[in-house]
Amino acid sequence: MSTTVPPRFAAGDPVRVGDRPVVGHCRAPRFLRGRPGTVEQIVGSFRNPEQLAYHKPGLPEKVLYRVRFDQRELWDAYPGPPGDEIMADIFENWLETRE
Amino acid sequence: MTDPERKTNPRVGGDGRAVHDMGGLAGGPIDRSEHANSLHEKRVDALLFLLVETKRRIFRVDALRRTIEDYSQSEYDGLGYYDRWAQAIRNLLVEQEVLTAEEIDARMAEVRKRLEGEGVTVVERGT
Repeated sequence: MSTTVPPRFAAGDPVRVGDRPVVGHCRAPRFLRGRPGTVEQIVGSFRNPEQLAYHKPGLPEKVLYRVRFDQRELWDAYPGPPGDEIMADIFENWLETRE
Repeated sequence: MTDPERKTNPRVGGDGRAVHDMGGLAGGPIDRSEHANSLHEKRVDALLFLLVETKRRIFRVDALRRTIEDYSQSEYDGLGYYDRWAQAIRNLLVEQEVLTAEEIDARMAEVRKRLEGEGVTVVERGT
């Protein structure tokens, strides 16, 4: 997928969603913040919705990633079968590197 | 007079959760029944499209989301999906200085009077 800005992560990269205070409009859901995941694919680059929400241009664009999460990493005592996953689209400014 | 919602940011619950950010909360059973969109819902949808499309772009859909996320818990819970949109559209038209609150109120009073004259019961939702 083409992006107008160089992506910081590639498919397969281990990442973690940032766990920092939310200021204003936030596109990273709370149940994923601070949680480990793996980049599934680069979706593309888009104007930053967290700035568009305040009528700002949202440029330069931010890279959007589809990130895969293991449900057992998200919930205490997850009742579903092992291997259950959830995919979420997360912008690069909400992703951190993970060892 | 006390207003309990004023003491903390009404946007954020005690657990740091914004009002719309419900992932993982116990939500009870999901109503999966389908229904046809009402004329009112279609009109709200059309209104939003006309405001965000490239020719006008009074605001972006991101601003609509942000406005809805800023509702208090009681506002958020008290409005249906398209009524949340309708109220956010109203707020953003004022924010972007397309219309004043007074102009909208005057027009709504006019419409209410006309409808009531036709024997229609007018139910007001939102604030």
